[in-house]
Amino acid sequence: MVFLGGQVLPGNVGRAILGPFADQRAVDTLNHSLGVDRPLLVQYGTWIWNFLHGDMGTSYIFRAPVAPFVIDALGHSMKLALVAFVLVVPIGILGGVIAALNLNRPLDRIISLGGLSVTVLPEFVTGIILILIFGVWLRWLPIAAAWPKGTGFFTQLYYLILPSLPLFLVLYGYIARMARSGMIEALDSDYTRTAVLKGLPWRTVIWRHVLRNALLPTITVIATQTGYLIGGLVVIETLFRYQGIGSLIFTAARGKDFPMLEAGILTIGIVYAVATLIADFLYSVLNPRIRLGAEQ
Amino acid sequence: MSATDTSATMPAPDTRSPWGEVLHSLLRSCTFLTGLGILLFWIACALFGEHFVPYDPLANDIINALMPPSAEHWFGTDQLGRDVFSRVIVGSRDILTVAPLATLLATVAGTALGLLIGYFRGIVDDIVSRVLEAFMAIPVVIIALLAIVALGTSKITVIIVIGLSFAPIIARTVRSAVLAERELDYVAAAKLRHEGALHTMFVEILPNVIPPILVETTVRLGYAIFAVATLSFMGFGIQPPSPDWGLSISSNYGMIGGGFWWTVLFDALAIASLVIGVNLLADGVHGAFND
Repeated sequence: MVFLGGQVLPGNVGRAILGPFADQRAVDTLNHSLGVDRPLLVQYGTWIWNFLHGDMGTSYIFRAPVAPFVIDALGHSMKLALVAFVLVVPIGILGGVIAALNLNRPLDRIISLGGLSVTVLPEFVTGIILILIFGVWLRWLPIAAAWPKGTGFFTQLYYLILPSLPLFLVLYGYIARMARSGMIEALDSDYTRTAVLKGLPWRTVIWRHVLRNALLPTITVIATQTGYLIGGLVVIETLFRYQGIGSLIFTAARGKDFPMLEAGILTIGIVYAVATLIADFLYSVLNPRIRLGAEQ
Repeated sequence: MSATDTSATMPAPDTRSPWGEVLHSLLRSCTFLTGLGILLFWIACALFGEHFVPYDPLANDIINALMPPSAEHWFGTDQLGRDVFSRVIVGSRDILTVAPLATLLATVAGTALGLLIGYFRGIVDDIVSRVLEAFMAIPVVIIALLAIVALGTSKITVIIVIGLSFAPIIARTVRSAVLAERELDYVAAAKLRHEGALHTMFVEILPNVIPPILVETTVRLGYAIFAVATLSFMGFGIQPPSPDWGLSISSNYGMIGGGFWWTVLFDALAIASLVIGVNLLADGVHGAFND
């Protein structure tokens, strides 16, 4: 499907690159050298075959293999996404848990309403406002995620805080909401009452009994948000001029660099599939009821 | 006399229709009214804004470029000397045409599809549902990027792309509502009367699944505004010289390092207020139907 979108819809690739005023012969020559004048099925077959062998094609614009660009960009994006995730998962869950433990008190209202309102805002809007506050007015953080070459881990981290915050805000609302409703349900359940009546200390009840059950749905939500996160990366990386997979796709789309675009999107698809797989795995680890096969 | 007395003290039988009840609870809902107020404000700006803004939102005035907010220019001027206040007010127009039209398309397409797969079930449902799920797994931004690069940028493309990528979500909601309805007696009665499948779907079932469709539509409108704003910011949505908010931010944010905060802040706040307003509205509608 990615291939169809990238290769069939644009029509004449040579024409798109050279512009409407180019000589028809030049267009034909370019089309031939790029191999886009062959029958579609042949092109598709070659594309899949090469991709599976690690050859993602040749960029129309850079006239160089796509693979190094994509791998480099993926590494960068992973760093950014990781910073956002490391921040948001514990804080989101903590927020949800605190809200649930203070159900319908002011603290719960603040956490829920605040989470909801920052979640519905587009990333570039929260991004702009955060840049203005922390980058322009307070001057605490750099406004572009381009660190000098060869800087250490902590300097890179320092540059990544601001770009990861908009992603953090959007994800925070979802995760906190799921954690909150999971907690409410678990707190209300029979096993929690049993645990309390057994005389277990409240701390143990929360840690051993409630949290484990409450966090299951949250994990699923985190995994489904990976897909969203990737869409968010496109925006954030453009806003902060960060050389990740999102800005790679964006640049490729603007320059009509189809092999680059296809490779980028397919890579994202693979990342998404892997994330879903990991979530399923985690889910079964935390929930013994669906650990299938071996124990039966 | 006593008979009339008792009838007067007895609570009046509830003659309001279910719709009247929903309207009643909407009008008492604080979130709904706040959201509606914000939305109406921006609609008014979109419709009449150009008649009362102090400057022409498209008029360049290079000598007065990048002036900070002052009594003459309340929100300052941008890099071409255009008045930011006028641009913010008139900038609501494009997003408030594109996003609702996209939502409308999504609702119509999604409802038709949801009715079909919910009514027929079986193989039709299995196949279509899998395809819809595959679609929903891809982020909207990515679909939009691909489609717009391939089809070219225009308001129509944006409407179609966002409309079609939201349609599966509405189809799924409608499908589950239809699955519950199709087992009810009135559907069986229609079948006994030898009504056609289309008649049963659109005349018998559709009116009964309107509430979930309405709720989903208002929620989608919020996401459509989100998506249109984002696409415009990326340069794939509304095109210059429109004073659209996302577009203005994308052409001015390169300079915020220089401290020209007023060129982007007000547009950002405008988008934020509209998105939050529509979400409050959606929340109110959801609450009114699920009480």
